[in-house]
Amino acid sequence: MAKYSLKINGKTQQVDVDPLTPILWVLRDHLNLQGTKYGCGIAQCGACTIHLNGMAVRSCQLPVSSIGRQEITTIEGLSENATHLVQEAWLEHDVAQCGYCQSGQIMTAVALLKNNPNPSDEDIEATISGNICRCGTYLRIKEAIKTAAKK
Amino acid sequence: MMENKKTYTRRSFIQSSVLAGGGLMLSFSWFSEAKAVEKGLSSNLTGEWNQLNGYIQITTDNIVKIMCPNPEFGQNVMTSLPMIAAEELDVDWKDVKVEMASHDNVKFGNQFTGGSNSMRAYWKPLRNAGASARQMLIEAAAQAWNVPAAEITTKAGILSHSSGKVAKYGEMAAKAATIAVPKEVKLKSPKDFSIVRNSKKNTEGVKIVTGKPLFGMDYSMEGMQIAMVQHPPAFGMKLKSFDASAALKMPGIKDVFSIKIFEEGSDRGAFETRTFNELVAIVGKSTWEVMNARKVLKVDWEVAPERKEFMMVRGNKVEEITPSGLESTDLHFEKMREWAKKSPKVLRKDGDPEAAFKNAAVVIERTYNAPFLAHNCMEPINFFAHVETDKALFVGPLQAPNFAEATLAARFGLPTDKIEILMTRMGGGFGRRAYHHYMVEAGLISQKAKTPIKLIYSREDDMTYGIYRPMYTATYRAALDQNKNLIGFHVTGGGIPENPIHANRFPAGAVDNYLADGWEIPSNITIGAFRAPRSNFNAAAEQSFLDEVAEAMGKDPIQLRLDLLKKAKERPVGSNNDYDPGRYIGVLELLKEKSGWGRSENAGKKRGVAAYFCHASYAGHVVDMVLRDGQPYVEKVISAVDCGVVVNPDAATNMVQGAVVDGIGQSFYGALTHKNGVAEQNNFHNYRMIRANEAPQKIEVHFVQNDIDPTGLGEPPFPPVFGAVANALFQTTGQRYYNQPFVSDQGQPKS
Repeated sequence: MAKYSLKINGKTQQVDVDPLTPILWVLRDHLNLQGTKYGCGIAQCGACTIHLNGMAVRSCQLPVSSIGRQEITTIEGLSENATHLVQEAWLEHDVAQCGYCQSGQIMTAVALLKNNPNPSDEDIEATISGNICRCGTYLRIKEAIKTAAKK
Repeated sequence: MMENKKTYTRRSFIQSSVLAGGGLMLSFSWFSEAKAVEKGLSSNLTGEWNQLNGYIQITTDNIVKIMCPNPEFGQNVMTSLPMIAAEELDVDWKDVKVEMASHDNVKFGNQFTGGSNSMRAYWKPLRNAGASARQMLIEAAAQAWNVPAAEITTKAGILSHSSGKVAKYGEMAAKAATIAVPKEVKLKSPKDFSIVRNSKKNTEGVKIVTGKPLFGMDYSMEGMQIAMVQHPPAFGMKLKSFDASAALKMPGIKDVFSIKIFEEGSDRGAFETRTFNELVAIVGKSTWEVMNARKVLKVDWEVAPERKEFMMVRGNKVEEITPSGLESTDLHFEKMREWAKKSPKVLRKDGDPEAAFKNAAVVIERTYNAPFLAHNCMEPINFFAHVETDKALFVGPLQAPNFAEATLAARFGLPTDKIEILMTRMGGGFGRRAYHHYMVEAGLISQKAKTPIKLIYSREDDMTYGIYRPMYTATYRAALDQNKNLIGFHVTGGGIPENPIHANRFPAGAVDNYLADGWEIPSNITIGAFRAPRSNFNAAAEQSFLDEVAEAMGKDPIQLRLDLLKKAKERPVGSNNDYDPGRYIGVLELLKEKSGWGRSENAGKKRGVAAYFCHASYAGHVVDMVLRDGQPYVEKVISAVDCGVVVNPDAATNMVQGAVVDGIGQSFYGALTHKNGVAEQNNFHNYRMIRANEAPQKIEVHFVQNDIDPTGLGEPPFPPVFGAVANALFQTTGQRYYNQPFVSDQGQPKS
């Protein structure tokens, strides 16, 4: 066990965990931030996507000991009431079916638009193809990203 | 206005509530709300709730709460079911709050999510509930204002009378709650619908996009421990012994023990599929610690002997034998070819098919195969349980709470009113979460560890546990006479462990000489519902076979179907035809029109078409395919669906689009294979799922407009995707595809 001081959604939080614990389980089991989802545990589905200094990463493969002073943003950190542009676009297109993968999809989209404010269709597809949606909402995800990009 | 006889009354409702709830239900609107708040499941209590019936509560300040009876797994019932009650209640949708009901079969019926049944099962009860509540509010106002009830009108939650008297529903709610439920109520005419048929956003949308803890995986309780189970590494194996000493020394681990899910020799109840009956459970403080401890657990497994069980099938006790042995996919195929030669069980016979085939000028025969499929819901199997000596609480994602309750009551020896089941939002279901073995597992672990626990499956546990879409095969034969008329049709279907045949579906009823038969091979690999499992196989096989028959007859594929359906409509062959040829024709006509089928501007397109009937609805697709980097890619899909009244059009469109994407993915890539009983795919690195860049650029969805009571939608648009994809593949590649998954089947036709 070891103590870590983590910057999450603008707040500093302390945890005492095994250094190899993926940040996914630190968020979910120790910090009660359940928005980040477990889907596969091997970085194949993208349900656990968070931001590390603004970059989209798979939290299931990221040991807590590797975080250091880097800033973590989770879905809960985007906004309290769905006022982030990407969240608004998701609501406008009523994207979700079961909804389980959508935090990961949204975090991927937010990071994409941050680095590439006017992505082409190909850019969007290439980026979100790392995130599985079992319900098949891909067309609406693409549309929502385009809507958010316009704003 | 339509007169509608009510199926329940307030009196019977209160009586049954007392029976089930032990007399605690008299002021239950307040009681159940207070109880929910205590558990942290509900909030924003404003004013006092006045309950008008099981589904509807109204506060004095005009907030309307509508309970959703059926669990939500993405089919959007938490929006569309309350819309139905709100329509008849005549309220402003923006004043409606929706809450998921807990399990209560007295108040809410069987609350089953599956078989595309939510809308079909609850359309009438929810309309009655809304209309009754509205009538009670009118009655309350009539008494308060001393005017005849017939003179009071309602609009968007407001009662008014020609004298100028006006009141919000909330002002009359307390009085209305004391008024007897009317025996009969008038329902709106569909032309007066103002909520139903108008798209409403997902009532949980904001919670989803802000990452609120909606799912079973997200549930927690003070003092809760995490549990995982180790199941045998192969189907056909069972636990021999285990050594927990190393695992118990790992940090955070509280307990390791084995559990027996069902008692030896007990009869099998509904949805009690028994894949592995004895598991090793590990209980600890956190998920990561339990995952790590499981890695050092030493377990010995052995080959399980043949097993005999009894189960109730339509009121009869039937013996079921699960064979011993470690099965492999290549041997499965061999076995299927062997069994196909034996004489099958006749399921339907019209006319003289033997003579038709004997006298045929041309016989077309083709065989189709499909593998097991894993559901792969994005949220892996999980459940919370807290089992104490005299009561139990279960919280999590499940599709069939009523059946689960029966199993739990028997297994834990508790009366049903001491078992509380709360249904969380499900991260997908597709049939998988109707099989509640995991609730029993969670309950047994909680009972043995004497603590509340949340059982979590890893993705690997989830994918290798079974309950798959079965492995199927079917051989279709068509007899044509010298003039290329279809004079005979024969389908023989087999499967592991069930055959896929729906003997009374199209083209039964459309061909004079018709034969359907089938056979089944027992297996220890377990199977279950999977978004219309037999239909999604049949639609692939039958609809691509019809494409070849049309080609042999020199007919356009849509025209062939229309001709056959016209015959089934005007001169049906045999009885018990499951489908309505008129609705089938309607879907094909709409599809033809919207896709511009056969029009010159589409001449260059590589298109496939298919239509299918299941779960009381009709759906068809035209798939436009191209080769992209040498690989088939579905660029565009045009869909037509007849599911009766479309309650929430945009959400219905979303579901059809999702079914199309799912169907392309499953038919191109889906497969779960076995080697010596071991599932050869265990996570998304070796089980290929369709991804965003493989989804079409456009999916256009059209609904047949009619006033038929809503029929199914979760399943019906899914099966025909398989057939339309197969037919488009032929147009694109010049090759027929008989074996799923199509993209990995690059081989030659096998028939």
